[in-house]
This record gives sequence, C-alpha cells and structure tokens, in this order.
Amino acid sequence: MGLIKLRDPFLTTKLDAIIGWARKNSLWPMPMGISCCAIEMMSVTDPKYDIARFGSEVFRFSPRQSDLMIVAGTVTYKMSHVVRKIYDQMPDPKWVIAMGACTSTGGMYRVYSVVQGIDLFIPVDVYVAGCPPRPENLLQGLMAIQKKIERGEKPGQKDKIFIQQNIPSDERKDSRKT
Amino acid sequence: MKEKILEKLNLNFKNAIREVQEFRGELTLLVKKEEIVNICRFLRDDSELKFDFLRDICGVDSYQPGDRFEVVYNLYSLVNKFRLRLKIHLDENEPHVKTVSDVWPAANFAEREAYDMYGIIFDGHPDLRRIYMPEEFEYYPLRKDFPLMGIPGSLSLPRK
Repeated sequence: MGLIKLRDPFLTTKLDAIIGWARKNSLWPMPMGISCCAIEMMSVTDPKYDIARFGSEVFRFSPRQSDLMIVAGTVTYKMSHVVRKIYDQMPDPKWVIAMGACTSTGGMYRVYSVVQGIDLFIPVDVYVAGCPPRPENLLQGLMAIQKKIERGEKPGQKDKIFIQQNIPSDERKDSRKT
Repeated sequence: MKEKILEKLNLNFKNAIREVQEFRGELTLLVKKEEIVNICRFLRDDSELKFDFLRDICGVDSYQPGDRFEVVYNLYSLVNKFRLRLKIHLDENEPHVKTVSDVWPAANFAEREAYDMYGIIFDGHPDLRRIYMPEEFEYYPLRKDFPLMGIPGSLSLPRK
C-alpha cells in the first residue's frame, strides 16, 4: 500500500510528555516525618495501601535523591529552619505535600511555638486534610501531584490543591456498628 | 513510711518543713528554699528512705505578688516504692535556688527545662542553657503573663 513495513513497533511523542510521564511515575519522597502523621505516612508504604503502585515506594532519607517532600507533622519554629534546609538541599524540580492539619495550618497547636502553616516558609503544592489524614488521602494527594506533573506544571505555583478528608463508605458503616 | 520521713526530717532539719499536705495517699512537703539541697541529699543518702530516683522537677507560676514561683521536686524511692513531693516557693524578683544536679544527675535537664519555661535560675548548675526554645529567645513562655500566641518577631522563620 505504499507504506514501509517497520520491523519493530515504535511510538512518537513529545519529549516533555515522556519526561513528565517518567517523572510522575517515579516520585521519590523525602519522608519529613516530624510527628504522629508520620505513622500514617509509614502505613502508606505498607502492603495494604502500597504507595509502590504509584512508583513512589523509594523513601529516601537523603534530600539529594528525592523530589517530593512529605511534611508529616507539627512544625515548630525551631524545626522550621531544618525543614527549609532540607527543602533547599533537594534537587529541582521538587514538590511538597503538607500532610495533616498541623502542617497545613498549625492545627490544634495554636500556640507560640508552632508555625501556623508551613506555607509561611516553603511553597506547598498539595494540602492533605485530616488529623491524621487517612492513608488513602495521602495517596490522593500524591495522585494530585502526579496530575500536576503530567500537565507540565511547575512546582510551588499558586493554584493549591486541597485534599479533603473522606472515609470509605464501607468503613463508615463499620464504625456505626461499634 | 510517711511518719518515718516526717520524723527523720524534723529531727535533722528543724523548722525547714513549713507545710505538710496529704492528698490521696501522696505526701507533699513545702520546705524552705535554703535547705532544699541538704534535704534532698539527706533523703537520697538515708539508709532507710533511699529516695534514689528523681522523677521530675517542674516550675509553677502561681501569678501572685510575693512568692510567685514554685519549684516542685518529684522523688521516688525504688526500694520502698514510695513517692514524695517537695515544694519550694520563690520570690518574683529573685527566682534563684541552688541546683540539685549534684545530688541527682537527672536534675540537669529538668532544671534546664524549668529555667527555659519560667526563668527560674538554678545557682551552681553546670550548664544552665535553654533546652526547648532557641538560644536567642528572650522570654519565658510558660509564665502567665506571656501571651499564648507569643510575641511577634521573637522567633525567626526561614526566608521564603
């Protein structure tokens, strides 16, 4: 028919699109587990919730090797300098999830020692509600960041994403019973 | 046990005990602040009492003129399984008391905490620095006249 028959199958795409696709499926989180939300963050890595399904199972304790910081816990003024330093050490492009009420707004700690929201000193991409958020919620936050990357958005931009607390319907039924 | 403690303390430290309280089986003694180190050392070294474990030292701000501050020493005797609480009153203008960190080394951090939060100065402490708040912080946050949300600009944030 005039078409050349190719030996190997191939695919055409834009370079940006394929880089974005690779990037979104290999987000390496920096676990900034400062307090109790960190326990939920850990359970996200466990087989039940399994963050590996989204390519983010490689929790790196070195900021140099990670591109997503999950700030999980109450950030005090004294700790804020550490969080900022670790954020600065991460290579670009880097994203930030503010996990839980304390991290997003100070939460129940409306006192002199706690920073009333980490967006006072670092740019945040996704806020995850809950005290602590359910693991599903954190996964939803991660997926929101993946969508951002897919669309080719730059990190730390003005349109913030807020993930609301939602409890799966079957578990809600169970809690009524007890 | 209670009688024994009171008897021994009355014998060795005349008029040092200003008040004896008992609430739900817990004994609390209000003692003179000048004698606190000697009383503590005595309670630790006495062969029968053996208060060998300092559980905590806390500060209290009662926010009244005169004896504004209190320091509370929570002791425990591992041998006798008995708890004892010692209290001293401190004047607002002169919140000084001698350290007990050479009696129990555990007092080191506890006294630093009381200093950090209330500004109570423990004379003779080997390393009296702030323990929770940043070194350059100028206030004592658990004093009753400290505002809940702090003093704006007193704690630094990193540049955005």
